[in-house]
Amino acid sequence: MFKFTEEQEMIRSMVREFTANEVEPKDRWMDENGFCWELVPKLAEAGLLAIHMPEEYGGGGGDTVTSEIVINELAKGSASLALFLDANWLACDMILYHGTDEQKKEFIPQLADGKIFAFGLTESNAGSDAAAIKSVAEKQADGSYVLNGGKAWITNSGVADYYLIMAKTDPNAGNHGISVFIVPKDTEGLTIGKFEKKMGMRGSATCELSFDNIKIPANRRVGEEGKGFMIAMQALDGARVSIGSIASGLMQHAMSKAAKYAKERTTFGKPIAKYQGISFKFADMAAKIRATDLMIWDTCQMKDEGKRISVEAAELKLLASRWACETCDECIQVFGGNGYSAEYDVERFYRDAKLLEIGEGTSEILRMVISGSVLGR
Amino acid sequence: MKILVFVKQVPDTDDVKLDPKTGNIMREGVESKLNPLDANAIEAAVQLKEKYGATVCAISMGPPQAEDVLKKALALGCDEAYLLSDRAFGGADTLATAYALSMAARKIGDYDLLIFGRHAVDGDTAQTGPATAAFLDLPQITLACSMDVQDGYVICDRALEDCVQKVKVKMPAVVTVTAEINEPRYAKPINIMKALKKPRTVWTADDLGADKEQTGIKGSPSSTKEVLEPPKRNTNTKYFEGKPEEIAAQIADMLHEERLI
Repeated sequence: MFKFTEEQEMIRSMVREFTANEVEPKDRWMDENGFCWELVPKLAEAGLLAIHMPEEYGGGGGDTVTSEIVINELAKGSASLALFLDANWLACDMILYHGTDEQKKEFIPQLADGKIFAFGLTESNAGSDAAAIKSVAEKQADGSYVLNGGKAWITNSGVADYYLIMAKTDPNAGNHGISVFIVPKDTEGLTIGKFEKKMGMRGSATCELSFDNIKIPANRRVGEEGKGFMIAMQALDGARVSIGSIASGLMQHAMSKAAKYAKERTTFGKPIAKYQGISFKFADMAAKIRATDLMIWDTCQMKDEGKRISVEAAELKLLASRWACETCDECIQVFGGNGYSAEYDVERFYRDAKLLEIGEGTSEILRMVISGSVLGR
Repeated sequence: MKILVFVKQVPDTDDVKLDPKTGNIMREGVESKLNPLDANAIEAAVQLKEKYGATVCAISMGPPQAEDVLKKALALGCDEAYLLSDRAFGGADTLATAYALSMAARKIGDYDLLIFGRHAVDGDTAQTGPATAAFLDLPQITLACSMDVQDGYVICDRALEDCVQKVKVKMPAVVTVTAEINEPRYAKPINIMKALKKPRTVWTADDLGADKEQTGIKGSPSSTKEVLEPPKRNTNTKYFEGKPEEIAAQIADMLHEERLI
């Protein structure tokens, strides 16, 4: 049976307090106005931005369990904000696991201080089929690269200070011809499009990027040339666990609002919570949340033990994201007409939840990963 | 400089239930937390430590689980933690509590400043800090909404009802703080991890050399005679709609009908 350490319990209680005071009150504002800049220095001050990075690079020295506690608790106040942190880590984890010592020393302390990172893999014509990306980084005689192409649906774009961009260094080598590069936001030739208008997760910024002859020094390549696909997939495994943590947090946020309402709202002379038609919805929600949590902590523990988690993270994200959609749907139903109104928040949760089935690998791609592990490829 | 901060574990609920027989707060099944004003007291101490350098000792009296608030105090920047835990301390009122805390302060010794939250949200007496000052024969500043130290003096603004009073007293001294004095920080995860490695000491009444006639229920002259819930207010809320001037007219009509104007 998984058990949290005393320090993890204390960190959970601290993040819970932070979320209740600072994050939850901003969630509706973010839905209406977009990214909330004022939360970034607060997250930095509270020591949450680089909690799982090594202390020597200004991080908090925590393990995967601890970092997912942070995502999970933040998502109980705002799924958008939790997604911001997830994307930040997705990008920075590539530097942590594959960067040079110089790169770690230069960039990880900036993450801790509130600089924002974005992960750029998806293009307008290549998302699930990552090997089909068209962005190209052409190697020059002096070892530097020239990047051309573009990206789409990049979380944290428009607010990020650094972009971790996947591009072809050998267009004929498929998955083995992709490399990762660090591109600062003010680089000449980088154009950042306008913010996408999205169904949900509106507190998390999303834009298109285009690259026009961007010069990238050799020391800005992360990991070996041609290993970019593998590096990205490994980082995505971790991010899929975070999507599970967001799903759990979002379900708990929605369920607690619906439970409060069900106990207050009366029809035919008694609270609607007293009707089996309503109360059984909560039974299903609670069971889904517990199952999600067990998968989260089990997968985190495997990662901390150095095990590969591709299949487990895919299983977690597949189920948790579907359950989050179902739970938020049922919470709207508990609220009836009020649930359809923005005033009661749950419609926003429903819109936020849907992203979880798409971002960081669609449910269809996850099924390919999982079924491949059962049946062989 | 050595600063002692006194902290209390209180129930974490807005729905406090009282035992109808004893009048005590029913703590079973209720989560506990650090008394909110004690977080301000800790923050005030840690800010002084960061400004001038100091050792900050957090002290609490309570059952073994009160260690949780001391761990939090350590995570927030205190250096040492002391828990006074003994059946002989049980059932203490503010006098017996202040006696035990003063004995702990004497045992730690060499203190310059003792900081308390103005009151605890459960008992709401605001007496423990002042009574501890009396036991130790120290000057005290209550209701401090700012604090600084200078040349062996502590200087505070006191938030009074109609004015702010500036007070300067020679240290060692006792200060009780209000919520306005600062905004308590969040304990950084890295500091939480380090806090659990800092020293924590548990003292019994015998460790303090306390006179057991003055501790716990024996040392408590006050007892609860009767517990009454405040009368439930029967609110009848009426909402007005329209433009501001229309709303104003409707309110005036209603007040007129109620013969209030």
